[in-house]
Amino acid sequence: MFYRENGQFKTTYRADQQILPIRQDRIVMALLLVFAVAVVPMLATDYFFRAILIPFLIMSLAALGVNILVGYCGQISLGSGAFMAVGAYGAYNFFVRIPGLPLIPALVLGGLCATVFGILFGLPSLRVKGLYLAVATLAAQFFSDWMFLRIKWLTNDSPSGSVSVSDLQVFGLPIDSALSKYWLCLGVLVMIALLAKNLVRSAVGREWMAIRDMDVAAAVIGIRPMYAKLSAFAVSSFIVGVAGGLWAFVYLGAWEPAAFSVDISFRLLFMVIIGGMGSILGGFLGAAFITLLPIALSQILPALAGLAGFEISTAGVSHAELMIFGGLIVWFLIVEPHGLAKLWSIAKQKLRLWPFPH
Amino acid sequence: MAFFLETLLGGLMAGMLYSLVALGFVLIFKASGVFNFAQGAMVLFGALSMARFSEWIPQWTGVDSLLMANVLAFAMAAVVMFAVAWAVEYLVLRHLVNQEGATLLMATLGIAYFLEGLGQTLFGSSIYKIDIGMPKDPVFILEGMFQGGVLVNKEDFYAALIAAALVALLTVFFQKTSTGRALRAVADDHQAAQSIGIPLNRIWVIVWCVAGIVALVAGMIWGSKLGVQFSLATVALRALPVVILGGLTSVPGAIIGGLIIGVGEKLSEVYLGGYVGGGIEIWFAYVLALGFLLIRPQGLFGEKIIDRV
Repeated sequence: MFYRENGQFKTTYRADQQILPIRQDRIVMALLLVFAVAVVPMLATDYFFRAILIPFLIMSLAALGVNILVGYCGQISLGSGAFMAVGAYGAYNFFVRIPGLPLIPALVLGGLCATVFGILFGLPSLRVKGLYLAVATLAAQFFSDWMFLRIKWLTNDSPSGSVSVSDLQVFGLPIDSALSKYWLCLGVLVMIALLAKNLVRSAVGREWMAIRDMDVAAAVIGIRPMYAKLSAFAVSSFIVGVAGGLWAFVYLGAWEPAAFSVDISFRLLFMVIIGGMGSILGGFLGAAFITLLPIALSQILPALAGLAGFEISTAGVSHAELMIFGGLIVWFLIVEPHGLAKLWSIAKQKLRLWPFPH
Repeated sequence: MAFFLETLLGGLMAGMLYSLVALGFVLIFKASGVFNFAQGAMVLFGALSMARFSEWIPQWTGVDSLLMANVLAFAMAAVVMFAVAWAVEYLVLRHLVNQEGATLLMATLGIAYFLEGLGQTLFGSSIYKIDIGMPKDPVFILEGMFQGGVLVNKEDFYAALIAAALVALLTVFFQKTSTGRALRAVADDHQAAQSIGIPLNRIWVIVWCVAGIVALVAGMIWGSKLGVQFSLATVALRALPVVILGGLTSVPGAIIGGLIIGVGEKLSEVYLGGYVGGGIEIWFAYVLALGFLLIRPQGLFGEKIIDRV
């Protein structure tokens, strides 16, 4: 009844090609932004910011980056954790070695380090495809694990690669309270999401999708596979690198190489696949699901066990978490292999007809 | 020279163990096109059940011979692995037929998480040991040829022997039995196999069972070497370069790939590791595999990938 585009006539190409062509979508998006910027800070507690919202925002950003590579360009990558690590340690090196460098340029420089690293480890994609490539990208993961543990220069000679940062500032404002961190992450996320959305609608985005759908056919119609694949690796690893920088600087504050282990890579891929491949919205949904699920489980399980009347040890909880996490992922893949974003688009279709389905 | 030979032999034996894990990957990929990331979790699961059963059986039944207890434990662990294989096929794979490779990959990762949790819930999460009576003392061979001889770890040697025996057994199973022929037919062409009356679902269960047994043997050997603990699941990550080096669809590839990776790892660690700070073996294996892939994108023995538009 309310979600109809009837009567919204487009008189220019510009109007026809905007990101959200339906007025109701624009209103919802604007309301959502206002809610995220202004209302959430009034409602959320300090714990809520630190444990849920900030990790969710940063992981959404990372999932967005991975989605560009996996969902739009079709190159399965298990090395995202490495790109995050390079982004984080790259930003750290610039931050420490150039006195007075503000946070944002440090993050961007870290992202550029990740870009270089991503292109380097994206080179095999020109020759190797599919599952072989997925395994090959694990090389990046293990190489970065080793690099930040053993090459002392990269971690400013700190033992076992653990480093920390303090006195973060953006435009002269200190980033120390949970609220300011939240706003910073939200700002970066919105900016990059907008850029990414526009990028995948542009010529290069269509090239990526052509490569994903059938790379030989794409090459035949004149798309350069090398340029398309490497640009996808570059853009994706830049975004993932910035997310890594944020994760380290803003969320963790002090970290070591193990913070970006292969487990993070798996989780990022989960977010993309559960959220929906080739969908910007999917990254957000997937990140919300994968980030919140363990937190929710760790809260609910002991309570449930208490209700059922038996004690459950911390080890038992963590094992049960693993089981439920794995089981839910499998279940989700079975009931909706195209991800949560697909569910959303089905809901939208239903909503257009509602309440008169015929 | 003796030192070089020693490293080489050590590498070959480690490689044999890698190829055991890699074999599990290859079997399942060949038959069902699923890249089974849960193989590591299956190794852990098998090792855990083996370790715990061999501990429990003497308590339950009063069997006091080590051999009997181990044989019984192995049989029971095998039953557990069969149950896992059946459940995976029945509950998961059956519903995901014809999905994309990435989705299947993620599903097996989900299974891996589940099995890791379940295994530790059922069997406990401390460090256990498997004692299958393998001699641990090192011996020296070729003492006539080199000063001091070449040091060989007897345990590794027996492990490599068991691995070789398993591979021989599998080869016989695949080449000589009718089930084996059916498995090869399915691996060749799903539709053709189905059209001549081979039941795909049953074949997939059998393949997962075989892979479960391979995982159990791998878990038993790795477990008796390193102790059974959570980190055993990461053995799969060390075996992945073996799989892509040898080719995802080739059983001999898994063996030879394992040997190459094992030797490469050991030699690189000994001769190169000193210059760059050590600990390079894990990524060196991947880089080695990548180097091979750049020349042959389908791995050493994999089927040639033909792209059609």
